[in-house]
Amino acid sequence: MNDMLLDVRDLRVSFGPGKDAVTGLTLRARRGETVALVGESGCGKTLSALALAGLQPREAAVSGSAELGGVQLLGRTERQLRRIRGNLVSMVFQDASTALNPLMTVGAQIEEVMAIHGTHDRRARRKRSVELLAAVGVPDAANRARSHPHQLSGGMRQRVMIAIALAGSPDLVIADEPTTALDVTVQAQVLALLRESTRDAAVLFITHDMGVVAEIADQVVVMYAGTVVESGPIAEVLERPHHPYTAALLASVPDPDVPQAGELPTIPGRVPPLGERDAGCPFRDRCPKSQDRCRERPPLGPVAGGESAVACWYPEHGEGSSRTVEEATR
Amino acid sequence: MRAGAAAAVCRYLGIRLGQALIALFGVTTAVFFALRLSGDPAQLLAPQGASQADIAALRHQLGLDAPVWRQYLDYLGNLLHGDLGYSYVQHEPALTLITQRIPYTVNLALAALVLSAVLGVGAGMVMALNRGRWPERVLTPLVLVGQAMPAFWTGILLILVFSVTFNLLPSTGFNGFDSLILPAVTLASLSAATIARMTRGAVLEQLDRDYIRTARSKGAGTARLVTRHLARNISIPILTVLALEVANLLGGSVVTELIFAWPGIGQLTVQSVDGRDFPLIQAIVLLAAVVYIAVNFVTDIAYAVLDPRVTTTGKAAGP
Repeated sequence: MNDMLLDVRDLRVSFGPGKDAVTGLTLRARRGETVALVGESGCGKTLSALALAGLQPREAAVSGSAELGGVQLLGRTERQLRRIRGNLVSMVFQDASTALNPLMTVGAQIEEVMAIHGTHDRRARRKRSVELLAAVGVPDAANRARSHPHQLSGGMRQRVMIAIALAGSPDLVIADEPTTALDVTVQAQVLALLRESTRDAAVLFITHDMGVVAEIADQVVVMYAGTVVESGPIAEVLERPHHPYTAALLASVPDPDVPQAGELPTIPGRVPPLGERDAGCPFRDRCPKSQDRCRERPPLGPVAGGESAVACWYPEHGEGSSRTVEEATR
Repeated sequence: MRAGAAAAVCRYLGIRLGQALIALFGVTTAVFFALRLSGDPAQLLAPQGASQADIAALRHQLGLDAPVWRQYLDYLGNLLHGDLGYSYVQHEPALTLITQRIPYTVNLALAALVLSAVLGVGAGMVMALNRGRWPERVLTPLVLVGQAMPAFWTGILLILVFSVTFNLLPSTGFNGFDSLILPAVTLASLSAATIARMTRGAVLEQLDRDYIRTARSKGAGTARLVTRHLARNISIPILTVLALEVANLLGGSVVTELIFAWPGIGQLTVQSVDGRDFPLIQAIVLLAAVVYIAVNFVTDIAYAVLDPRVTTTGKAAGP
């Protein structure tokens, strides 16, 4: 088990009594592995990611354990966190048009990571930032380094974000919906880049898009209302989803091979907001299979004959879904 | 490309100059006619008990008996020759009277500006960066008081404490640096409060921006966030407020100059209005308008320097 680079156990984030936004996130990743954290908006995935970097809102209380190569990330002081961020843990944010400083050249924003983490030679920083820009596929990198964010396209800006995330050679890259704001073609390029450039790190990839999951992830963790409902290797989860929520998420991705009759299936209802969550299964109000027993919270347990874990009293065994990973990817 | 940019800048400057001239023309015209509606200077200038004939003679001497449109054309004609007219009361060119006062007003304005900018920006930053903690709780009421106290009251209070009770600083006139302190503090207290509130708002707004979170995710500490990221991003809203304050201060601060008997433009304004001294009032208003326009112009240039997204053509640069 100790070949795991990232080992998050029972991560909890709370905004006070009865306002538990994340209630027990457990996930592991090896070096070079990408773990996709999937779920609808409001399920706590972004908050979990921010908590790993100590960037959660001031009023949030974080507990649990998150080790990165043996280094505990949680419960650190701000001073200690400053040495971890950018250096051990870096982040790629969703919308690079707002996540980059509009008044700073992109080169300077990449160099800043190195300046913070001890590269004092300005020329070395400059050289490395141009190399990074070239490595993430920005053409004419030396000149582009002197551009401001508004002078670049959305795809180029996201490449700059990735260059920033790579500048400190981190062990963990947290990518929070990094391709949501991009065109589909650009999205594919950025995903490929992210995959190639993070061979030496673990990647926590946050998304709500099952199509993207199929493209990039090795492991999948499905979150619902602050808790993990299913986790496992990509092939298993996509091919034989055990949790009704995972199955519903997969069903709402269009399959280009099967002409869609009528509307694409959606999941009726909404994620129960903070304060309206009880001790039962959080998905039961929207679940087609829910029964009396679902008023009790099902534990996350291993499924028979697989590597996955699921938190459901009545898990599906894959009989409902016949699509393979390849089909889902397309 | 270079030549195109230069041409764009030239066109921009040309447009701005045209706009400035139109604004100046509007201001001079409005003031000219408004003054003619305000009353008869000859009545005021004539000695007590002067006969109607004397007053009429005086009116003729001042040229006020001519039709208003005639007076207006004469005024514009003189203006084009750089002649701002003679003061009715002091019998000197209006321009001379004003230029004598300018150094005093500029001195006071600059002192007040530096003071209010340093205090205001500093206090605003401290309040925003310590939201909900004691520095904010201490500064918020101070800022409120500063903004709520009118200059005439602040001024009198300062005179009472520092001149009358402790006899530390002079209360009137201009005799070196000491006499600058009280009027500058009076003027600055109001501006500083405004600037502090503005700065606080701007910093809080920027702190919520995604790029600040990005900077923190790189490991940046507070010092770096403030100096490298916040400073430049808040400089634009702060500059806007400062520019307004500068223009106000340079136009002469009437109340403060009166309280401290400061020999600046503000005092001259009051004197000229009291005496219905039309040429002098017109000249002062023209000066104030020129100052406003010039400050605005400099501010616009500063925007373009500070923010690469601002271009002289007014269009956002494409990707």
